[in-house]
Amino acid sequence: MTVPLLKVENLRIELATRDGVAPVIDDLSLELGVGETLSFVGESGCGKSMTALAIMGLLPEKVGRIASGHIWFNGEDLTKADDARLRQIRGNEISMIFQEPMTSLNPVYTIGEQISEVLRRHKGLSQRQAHAKAIELLDAVRIPNPQARVDDYPHQMSGGQRQRVMIAIALACEPKILIADEPTTALDVTVQAQIFDLLRDLGQQTGTATILITHDMGAVAEMAERMIVMYAGRKAEEGPVDQVIDSPRHPYTKGLISCVPHLLDTLTDERPELTEIGGIVPSLRDFGKNECLFASRCTIADEKCRANRPPEAEFDNQQRSACWHAGQV
Amino acid sequence: MKFLFPIAQRIFYAIALLIAVLVLNFSMLHLAPGDIADTIAQASGGADAEVIEQIRKDYGLDQPFYIQLLKYIGNVLAFDLGHSFFYNQPVTDLILEKLPATLLLVITAQILALIVGVLLGVFSARNPNGLASYVVTFLALFGYAAPVFWTGILLLIAFSLKIPLFPVAGMIDVTVEGGFFARAADIALHLVLPVITLASIFLALYSRLCRASMLEVLGSDYVRTAKAKGLAEREVVFKHALKNALSPVVTLAGLQFSAVVSGAVLVETVFSWPGLGTLALQSIIARDTPTILGILFFSAFVVIVGNLLTDLVLRLIDPRVGSKA
Repeated sequence: MTVPLLKVENLRIELATRDGVAPVIDDLSLELGVGETLSFVGESGCGKSMTALAIMGLLPEKVGRIASGHIWFNGEDLTKADDARLRQIRGNEISMIFQEPMTSLNPVYTIGEQISEVLRRHKGLSQRQAHAKAIELLDAVRIPNPQARVDDYPHQMSGGQRQRVMIAIALACEPKILIADEPTTALDVTVQAQIFDLLRDLGQQTGTATILITHDMGAVAEMAERMIVMYAGRKAEEGPVDQVIDSPRHPYTKGLISCVPHLLDTLTDERPELTEIGGIVPSLRDFGKNECLFASRCTIADEKCRANRPPEAEFDNQQRSACWHAGQV
Repeated sequence: MKFLFPIAQRIFYAIALLIAVLVLNFSMLHLAPGDIADTIAQASGGADAEVIEQIRKDYGLDQPFYIQLLKYIGNVLAFDLGHSFFYNQPVTDLILEKLPATLLLVITAQILALIVGVLLGVFSARNPNGLASYVVTFLALFGYAAPVFWTGILLLIAFSLKIPLFPVAGMIDVTVEGGFFARAADIALHLVLPVITLASIFLALYSRLCRASMLEVLGSDYVRTAKAKGLAEREVVFKHALKNALSPVVTLAGLQFSAVVSGAVLVETVFSWPGLGTLALQSIIARDTPTILGILFFSAFVVIVGNLLTDLVLRLIDPRVGSKA
């Protein structure tokens, strides 16, 4: 196998909380190939965004830190890279779009300036060249009349348009990796589909690999080739999207999938209108414990699950599941 | 046009406000006991009622209140602030003669307070437990607590008497000879202590506000975006964060402008600075009503212009100000 574009090895991220240090990411490994789309799925607080911020080198200062593990990007360990090197990579080779398009753009600069800035910084373009390129990029993210809109301020645009501008900024330097952290959560459903289309098309054009963080199973099925299901800072399951959705190997994945509402399905006792996973996510204090953190909510958990953290079981079809009973799920 | 219309509207309100200030000042001074006739009589060692009445007549003070008021407003609208009883020259000339000294003091102090306050605010927000943070806390406490005249006197004792770095009083040393630069340097030397004194109060306000505002902005989503673009720290802080954090500071600076002008009266008195403040004090003691009214009118004018400028600057900083969206 060739060297992957991005390889995260046994990553552990610790967050300083009032109750002490909590491992919000615990022993996470993953790989991302050139041009591939990988999806992170999991409920709020499971560490999806933390992983993304760690890859960007943007963990909250003095609160979060990489305790151990490596992030290899093109053979370079980003956990050892200094600030200057990380700034060269950020926005240029790895870029990110965020969940909140309404507040992610600076209100006091024109969108043209906010796009050209990144081109001037990384590609050494002149003011004029960057401005021209910004107009091209606005056109590429399908904003009508880009010539006129380039001098608009963010408050003159809708949420969907602002997210398009964010995408234009993120893809301006044709990065190798784009991290999209819940890019459509704050948007209208109709706009969501457009944004996903845009991300997919542009990703294919530029050959950019995408990490899509979401809890929208529909988006995962449509966009991604592989998916990682996260639970409480640990990887629960990983595998090709079709297989994981068809035959999940982790009780948590199974629960998540069953929670997706099916409008056209006939309702049965087994499949009522809406299902949920009973119980609650463990508190940060319990994150480091040597046990299966899902055990308290799991229907098939036994003593073994409460006594030891399950290793990842690997299946022939590239599916991996961190469950003692992965074979029975 | 879109930009100019609200400005024109503002100017109209400003003129209306100035006339209101005029009426109010005039009425209040009229209510106060004593007038120039008393002062003249006092200065000449006492006079009988007849003489005092004659003086009042000479100055037009025997007329009914509303006639005096209407006359005064009419004169002001014709850009005539009247004639000083005490200095025996037109009030406008008197004020224009003293105004540059006051403006120099007030504007320098305001700019110093803003620049140093904003820089302290930025650095202390970058590092909430660092040295700058302690400096801000100390300055804020000191600036709020210490009366201006006391600060001024302390500075005088320290840096003019004990360590004679700066001149004790006044604005110009008449013994200094030479060209423009020598004179400018001389004035600058005289300016140091009064400006520091006047700036100290506002420095405290601005640095605290800027610190709070920067702390908020540094945690915002668009600052995270700026970092995610790979921009240098300096650009993230000064280009993306500071421009947003400035709005409340500029607003406060505009509101405080009137306080700076009134603070100047005290500072000018302490340092014998030959400005409007000193003139105001002397004319109050002399009950020189036209001069007092003129100075009040000019102060109101300066404050209103200051507020208009604030509004303009805010529009330049933040495109959302004044837009409908």
